[in-house]
Amino acid sequence: MTAPAMRVRASRRFGDCVALADAALEVAAGTVHALCGENGAGKSTLMRVVYGLERADRGELELGERIDLARHGVAQAQARGVGMVHQHGMLVPTLTLADNAALGHEPVRGGRYDRAAAARALVAAAARLGQRLDPDALAGDLTVGEQQRAELAMVAARATRLLILDEPTALLAPREVDALFAMVRAFADGGGAVVLVTHKLDEVMAVADEVTVLRAGRTVASWSAEVTAAEIARAMIGGEPPPPATRAPTPAADAAIALAIEGVAAPGPRGGGAVDVTLRVAAGEVVGVAGVEGNGQRELALAVAGLAPVARGAVAVGGVDVTRATVAARRALGLAHVPEDRHLHGLVQGASVADNVALGRLAEVGRGPLIDRAAVATLTTQLLAAHDVRPADPAARAGALSGGNQQKLVVARELDRPGLRAVLAVHPTRGVDLAASARIHARLRDVAAAGAAVLLIAADLDELLALCHRVVVMHRGALAGELAGAALAAPDARARLGAWMVGATP
Amino acid sequence: MTGFVASLITLGFLAQVLRIAIPYVLAALGGTLSERAGVIDLALEAKLLMGAFAAAVLGYETGSIAVGIAGAAAAGVAVAAIQALWSVRLGADQVVTGIALNLGAFGFTRYFLGVRYGQGANSPRFDGVGTGVLTNPITWIAAALVALVVVGLWQTRLGLRVRAVGERPDAVAAAGVSVARVRWAAVLIGGAIAGVGGAQLSLPVDGFVAEASGGRGYVALAAVIMSGWRPGRAALWCLAFGLADAVQYRMQTHGVGLPAELTRLLPYVLALVLLAVWPRRVAPPRALGQPD
Ligand SMILES: Nc1ncnc2c1ncn2[C@@H]1O[C@H](COP(=O)(O)OP(=O)(O)O)[C@@H](O)[C@H]1O
Ligand SMILES: [Mg+2]
Repeated sequence: MTAPAMRVRASRRFGDCVALADAALEVAAGTVHALCGENGAGKSTLMRVVYGLERADRGELELGERIDLARHGVAQAQARGVGMVHQHGMLVPTLTLADNAALGHEPVRGGRYDRAAAARALVAAAARLGQRLDPDALAGDLTVGEQQRAELAMVAARATRLLILDEPTALLAPREVDALFAMVRAFADGGGAVVLVTHKLDEVMAVADEVTVLRAGRTVASWSAEVTAAEIARAMIGGEPPPPATRAPTPAADAAIALAIEGVAAPGPRGGGAVDVTLRVAAGEVVGVAGVEGNGQRELALAVAGLAPVARGAVAVGGVDVTRATVAARRALGLAHVPEDRHLHGLVQGASVADNVALGRLAEVGRGPLIDRAAVATLTTQLLAAHDVRPADPAARAGALSGGNQQKLVVARELDRPGLRAVLAVHPTRGVDLAASARIHARLRDVAAAGAAVLLIAADLDELLALCHRVVVMHRGALAGELAGAALAAPDARARLGAWMVGATP
Repeated sequence: MTGFVASLITLGFLAQVLRIAIPYVLAALGGTLSERAGVIDLALEAKLLMGAFAAAVLGYETGSIAVGIAGAAAAGVAVAAIQALWSVRLGADQVVTGIALNLGAFGFTRYFLGVRYGQGANSPRFDGVGTGVLTNPITWIAAALVALVVVGLWQTRLGLRVRAVGERPDAVAAAGVSVARVRWAAVLIGGAIAGVGGAQLSLPVDGFVAEASGGRGYVALAAVIMSGWRPGRAALWCLAFGLADAVQYRMQTHGVGLPAELTRLLPYVLALVLLAVWPRRVAPPRALGQPD
């Protein structure tokens, strides 16, 4: 048995939060190793320790030989052939791709930084992965998917021993994922080791030779032989996985249009955005919007919610035009919004759970200029219990809740209310654990069954295919395609949606 | 009035503009470096003042202009070191740190003058560099520094790192480069440059006068912002401020009829108006003001 390419064992706390409790991982050379776990399990932290970006409180690390963790750093890790593509990209937006690639290893000629050499090196590295890129493009001008591919080329060019990919597929279309996995496979076949951090089990089954599962900072399982997705899921949550999501009953053909988006254009801050989107959602219908992130979904959502102006076109809720209406007026008409960014638009992190509920429901708990605290308390207690938000403490600071519980709170406040007509849910289960995701899915299904129109913007095709009656794909700000009914259930649905996502015709 | 206008189209006036602009230019170059690295540079005023002070005191004590200029650079570095210690190392609020340094430099110079020379408002007079522009070594140092900073920022390894660290320090760290080290380097180099700018406030007038910086550090910072954090353009803006300053001097000497208290405000009003109306096409460094 040869020495593993990498072996780590580490503990790390952040204040009261135990991110790693003696988590361990061993990766053999020539293999693709999946590191799985729910959000917050400690996957990123463990990999950042290996890459020298995060300090470990205690632990040990081997990269061919024993490493002194106290003196470990990114430069040391890189010197031993470790490369990492980070979960939340690490490009400097104001620098060109070549400059980004060179950072820390700048080629120098005659005392000056040799930009041309940096560009040549990057183009060559990308070519080895079968990519073409413009080394002089500003990183900030690229889509997130393009940025990620460029980062991969930069990192793969340097990594020889170990390539760490932290949730690399979150921003990619299915075809791009296939290309990525082919590249990962090639890297491993060439003798390198790969750690693929993910919580998507189909990806694990597709490329991984070995699997390790983290839960709450501990390594709870590791397999090197065949393992089923169900076994991995059980290890990830430490129990039986929740049943899969189901679709709401198909609404009647003559159901009224509850949410109408008519030819809406909503530009983004750097151009792009939604160009000309027409989408009508009937009462009781769940319509999904798929697409690679950055194709105008965000701008469309903000425009519908009333958080950004509509440049052209119209939005109507329950037949009433709300194109220029305030957020409050839209709410009063029965529009609920589960925002993409729960830190920015969903919750006031520093305020109590009860205050956050009150803020979203002022119409019910306000008495003129005053707030009826007793009504807030009753409403909050009832929502927390009904939606299993933990801890069920109205006085707790919202920011102190875990991501899953924060999102359950937002969903409870937005969806569990009288007069609900239309729901705009944007990435409602992102960063949320499986149990909470299942509850949120069930909740969306229930409000649709009760007659609300649901517009679900999500990146996860599984989620969309399970919940929606109809799925449209956004590409470059416009709708590129649509599948409904039987076509959605067909085996080729995923491939067709995936093709539209990258602008191809299936 | 015609005498006033005619006096503006002379070589002497051009020289005066240059002479006046140099402290602005050097402070703005220093400020560009710090801010590009993500450190708000409100301490430019302190760097100018301490530079002026050190140049005068060392020039007087040693009789050497070279020692005076080197001392000005060292004084700028000293201020910058305190600034970096607080902002980079300890993560203190950068605005408060800058203002504290400005107030501190003001108090320190007066205190030192009082203790050493028995009077708080002036340093003893000595033979400085004179009011000539071409004979003043600081003119040539300033010209060289403009070129050096432009080349340094865009064409060197450190420059690339400085530009990166003010935007995405996490990305710089992930590339294996020490964020703190880059910031220290940028702030210290910027401090030295701004300090030399201070020397121009005392060496040409043969001595240091309390409050010699007179708010020029703030005007230079305005130039940095209007330039979009680009050193060449910042230097050009500083020439414009020097021009405004020179015009107001001529207005006083030619008795245009406006009270001196008003005309003296010209560069500041210009900076204020320009800051408000100049289109801001360039976003500030994203990590500006954020500790690591
Ligand atoms: N810099 C940090 N400060 C405070 N808490 C952190 C920090 N980084 C991670 N954590 C916490 O550590 C835990 C593990 O996080 P992470 O490693 O990102 O999980 P994963 O990648 O598996 O989703 C989470 O509870 C997270 O909130
Ligand atoms: Mg993670």
